[in-house]
Amino acid sequence: MSNPLHVNEDKKQGRFNLNKDFIDKYGDLTLLFFIMISVFAIMAIINPNVFLSQGMMLSIANQFPILGLLTLAMMFAMVSGGIDLSVVSTANLSAIMASIIMVQYIPADASAGVTTLYILLSIVCALLVGCVAGLFNGILVSVVGIPAIIVTLGTMQLYMGIALVLTKGKSIVGLPTIVSEVGAGTLFGIPFPLIIFIMFVIFSYFVLNLRDYGLKLQMTGSNPTASKFSGINVTSITIKAYVISGLLAAVAGLLMTAATNAAKADFGTTYLLQAILVAVMGGVNPYGGRGKVAGVVMAVITMQILSSGLGMLQVSNFFKDFMWGTVLIIVLLANLFYNKKISKLS
Amino acid sequence: MKRILKTNEFYITIVLVLLIFYIGSQNSTFFSINNWFDLIRSGIVPGIFVIGTLLVLISGGIDVSFPAIAAFSMYTTTSIITSLDFDVPVIFAFVIGALIGLFLGFINSIFIAFLKLPTLIVTLGTASIYSGFLLTFIDDGQITRLPEAMTNLSKTRIFEITTDYGTIGIPVVFLITVAIAVLGWFLLKYTMIGRSIYALGGDEVSAERMGISSVKIKVFVYCFVGTLAGIAGVIHTIMTRNSNASDLLGGELLIIAAVVLGGARITGGHGTIYGSLIALLLILIIQNSLILLGIPSYWQRFVIGALILIGTGLSAIQVKRSLEKRNPIMTE
Amino acid sequence: MEPLIEMKEISKNFGGVKALENVNLTIYPGEVHCLAGENGCGKSTLIKVLSGVHTPDHGEIFINKKRYKRLHTQESIQEGIQVIYQDFSVFPNLTVKENLAMGYEMSNNKKLVNWKLFEKIAKQALETIDVDIDINEKVENLSVADKQLIAIARSLLFNARLIVMDEPTTALTDKEVQSLFNVISNLKRKGISILFVSHKLEEIFTIAERATILRNGKNVTEQLISELDTNQLIYHMTGREIKETTYESEFNENQKPLLKLKNFGLKYMFADVNLEIYPGDIVGVTGTLGSGRTELAEAIFGIAASDSGTMEINGEEAKIKNPRQAVKRKIVYVPEDRLTKGLILEQSIERNIIISTVENLLKKFRLISDNKVKNSVDYWIKNLGIVAKFPKRNVSVLSGGNQQKVVLSKWLASEPDILILNSPTVGVDIGSKEEIHEVIKEQARKGMGVILISDDIPELKQNCNKIVTMDKGKVISIDHISEYAMSR
Ligand SMILES: Nc1ncnc2c1ncn2[C@@H]1O[C@H](COP(=O)(O)OP(=O)(O)O)[C@@H](O)[C@H]1O
Ligand SMILES: [Mg+2]
Repeated sequence: MSNPLHVNEDKKQGRFNLNKDFIDKYGDLTLLFFIMISVFAIMAIINPNVFLSQGMMLSIANQFPILGLLTLAMMFAMVSGGIDLSVVSTANLSAIMASIIMVQYIPADASAGVTTLYILLSIVCALLVGCVAGLFNGILVSVVGIPAIIVTLGTMQLYMGIALVLTKGKSIVGLPTIVSEVGAGTLFGIPFPLIIFIMFVIFSYFVLNLRDYGLKLQMTGSNPTASKFSGINVTSITIKAYVISGLLAAVAGLLMTAATNAAKADFGTTYLLQAILVAVMGGVNPYGGRGKVAGVVMAVITMQILSSGLGMLQVSNFFKDFMWGTVLIIVLLANLFYNKKISKLS
Repeated sequence: MKRILKTNEFYITIVLVLLIFYIGSQNSTFFSINNWFDLIRSGIVPGIFVIGTLLVLISGGIDVSFPAIAAFSMYTTTSIITSLDFDVPVIFAFVIGALIGLFLGFINSIFIAFLKLPTLIVTLGTASIYSGFLLTFIDDGQITRLPEAMTNLSKTRIFEITTDYGTIGIPVVFLITVAIAVLGWFLLKYTMIGRSIYALGGDEVSAERMGISSVKIKVFVYCFVGTLAGIAGVIHTIMTRNSNASDLLGGELLIIAAVVLGGARITGGHGTIYGSLIALLLILIIQNSLILLGIPSYWQRFVIGALILIGTGLSAIQVKRSLEKRNPIMTE
Repeated sequence: MEPLIEMKEISKNFGGVKALENVNLTIYPGEVHCLAGENGCGKSTLIKVLSGVHTPDHGEIFINKKRYKRLHTQESIQEGIQVIYQDFSVFPNLTVKENLAMGYEMSNNKKLVNWKLFEKIAKQALETIDVDIDINEKVENLSVADKQLIAIARSLLFNARLIVMDEPTTALTDKEVQSLFNVISNLKRKGISILFVSHKLEEIFTIAERATILRNGKNVTEQLISELDTNQLIYHMTGREIKETTYESEFNENQKPLLKLKNFGLKYMFADVNLEIYPGDIVGVTGTLGSGRTELAEAIFGIAASDSGTMEINGEEAKIKNPRQAVKRKIVYVPEDRLTKGLILEQSIERNIIISTVENLLKKFRLISDNKVKNSVDYWIKNLGIVAKFPKRNVSVLSGGNQQKVVLSKWLASEPDILILNSPTVGVDIGSKEEIHEVIKEQARKGMGVILISDDIPELKQNCNKIVTMDKGKVISIDHISEYAMSR
């Protein structure tokens, strides 16, 4: 390194690369952040009176947690290198379990305390059902070795099938009033669903981005063979990802029940595709191995702002579909060109 | 012979035959002409979808946009023909429908073949775009009055029989499904393009090295699927005598499930027309005839889900086993 | 004579790997030309540029004086270039007859499949190399050798002007190799050129007339084979004289073995392996592809667990069923295929280094401690001399040597007792190769037991104190290095 020219060159390259390091790490998130802010600003400018009203903010805050949780569920499966098409079926099945307990087992003359106890029990049951559903997916994927898309395509039918059999195809109504009261309630002015969502965002962030499990999951998702050759227990890591996915889906199912005061086998089926779209928009790699909770959260908020904002402009739901698809394709293209640029730089 | 015993097609056929005889023995209405005509009728449109989906799966991709393409073509075709103030022969409807499907399939292939984006995500996106566009910018997706030529075709039936319940028959459009199945079979078995699709699905790198252009093949596959979906859309509107987009949307996953059950692999390179059609028939029988056994219809999904998992699970285990024995070093 | 093929100044990079740098290659009609060089020197890459699989970053190709900046695969085939790829490039999901006949029929611009004709073509192709394989079997059910034979037979069908054979004998028996050489002589007589790629010296001397030698992606020399002898050839390929340095364990023999295998075996793969590894041992294992050496290593590491015999670790009987148990028992393995098994290419250098030790780098609540990670990564980058300024970048940007050092540091960080290395210096530049050898020897001197699997006999001679030779799933000899040197 005695050649001064050499040192110079190195330095230049160094500075350049430092920026690149930042882009590598936060580039996609910054972009998402600006998109989120701009969408918000555009909506606020178009119709500030309606959009910035408390009612609108509340309705946004009430709506996106369900999709948000389902997207987080999808994210775990996708980071593991698979996909979970059964999230909505799992959500409904769990909600139905809880509802059956609440409707059939709570004695008519139960006191408030007893009712609460039963509700807690039903919640635990729902979460258990979600975990078991995920466990079954995970075993079929990583032990039996069926491709994830096929497994969850099958269990999507199977879980919805079980839900249909349990309910004979009808919806379950007549839940204790406290359920919808809590569902519509607030704590310190924050809507209850949003609180739950924030809790599970923090949970997901810990699990996926801070703890050793998350690192191993990402490695497994990128390359299961090399991960196995690195001493990672690929089977158990993958199964856990599906269990977490099932758990998050179950929470989403409970929120759906709280929001509608009912449970049905085929509620919310449109959420499935939306969850995949939002996950990809949020930077989850469809080939596995990469995903950031922050990205998913921003993507789901952006889509909800867009969707509510367009609702305010009274466009049809179909236009929203059109827009979802368009945004997804644009995101895919943007990623493509962004990655091409990055690889040209190196 | 030993090879046949190992195939999914073989097992599915056995299950199908057993199921047919079991249902038939429990309830003789199952073997009635009426029931079989119903089954065939319900398989006309899915039958076309299955052929298209099979091609995509063999090539190593997946397409969930075909119902949206069908709905789009169905609606647009009827609109165009209705808006013409002169009568056109019905073949025109099929040509227009096919062209619209071809165009939408080509759009898919731009993203998939040229830009090499993941097929599932792309077609999820384009499916939203096609159906959203249709329902927003064109109309609510419903036309209740069909052009005359199409109505006439809808009344034409083959194998008309008079029974106690009245005259029944199979819609003549069934012949189109048959023709497409034969075309698909010929394409896959006897053309270089068909074999190239298998080669591409088996090993894309090797295919490229052999001089197969993966871009061309993929463009062909997605355009072909689009065209089939376009035709299926027109058939659907002719059979139901109206154009209701929401009838078609949402059926894609079950079609894919049928093709996989029939022996196609999501990883590409495997699958036959026979297997896919036989698996479709199995699913249709479960959907239409389980009720004859006194099993309530809400069991359908459960049975279909279980069937998919058992079918693919068994073949996954089989593949694992044969992998273990593969390439032995020692000869004993 | 006018050259048939002239490749000029070809360069090609993969991420941080400079696979080819200004390489030239000239082939004349009717000659058997050998492209020689160590593993990873860029031979296959050069061939793929010629066949249109890779676009060169720089350089030009002349075929019969026609100039190409880049070739498409179809163009290359139409120019009469046929390639037997090192990885065979066959279709596992198709039958033997289709694998054989399809490309040929496509090059004849056929649009339809005539299955009868396919059969005829396939039979004829197999006859030319005199082998008998069921043409209706799916290729995925064939042995490695049969796949290689199919790749060979397929290329012979064409009316080619040049047939490129990229290590075509790796899985073949001596008899099959002999019949391949007969075929090559026949082709030569017909005026067809052969580009024969190999790093096996006997084969080069038997069959080739002229050789182009590459080292580290660069031309070294182009010479007539008759003007070369073995030592010169080795010198050109490796860039060094065969040094007579050897490795001796500094530990005395009375110690307990770290690892002891008794009648160790795995059905269909290998059997009755008896082997003891002592502290300080570097045990070389050699044998052809398909000798069972990789399977043995993978069984010790638990990838496909052994099903007969016993294994003792530090005198205690142990069963290892998966890699995790192996790592717990302080046995680690550097696989042969760095790009798909050793590294996770889509992830960062940092993550690839800490992956096996992340459990030691946690703070409260099992959160990953950024500080500990940074310290560990910095330590290993410095300790092994990995040239990686930005550890958060993808590991794919590194050169082959640095990539291999990342794999090594992943395992050294876990402080193993037994280190198994499978062809660790393939695709590694000479500088890094020697550094890696030094690291291995240093670890052994500290008391680690090392198993070093390699094709490269000089590498084994210089670094091992014992050499195990395997063939067809059996250990046929275990020699101390001094005896081994004499027996050859
Ligand atoms: N597709 C690829 N991506 C990244 N690196 C590659 C690729 N192909 C080859 N290399 C690297 O290029 C170098 C030369 O490889 P190769 O041409 O296969 O060597 P050889 O055939 O002489 O053994 C090696 O370091 C190898 O790891
Ligand atoms: Mg090579």
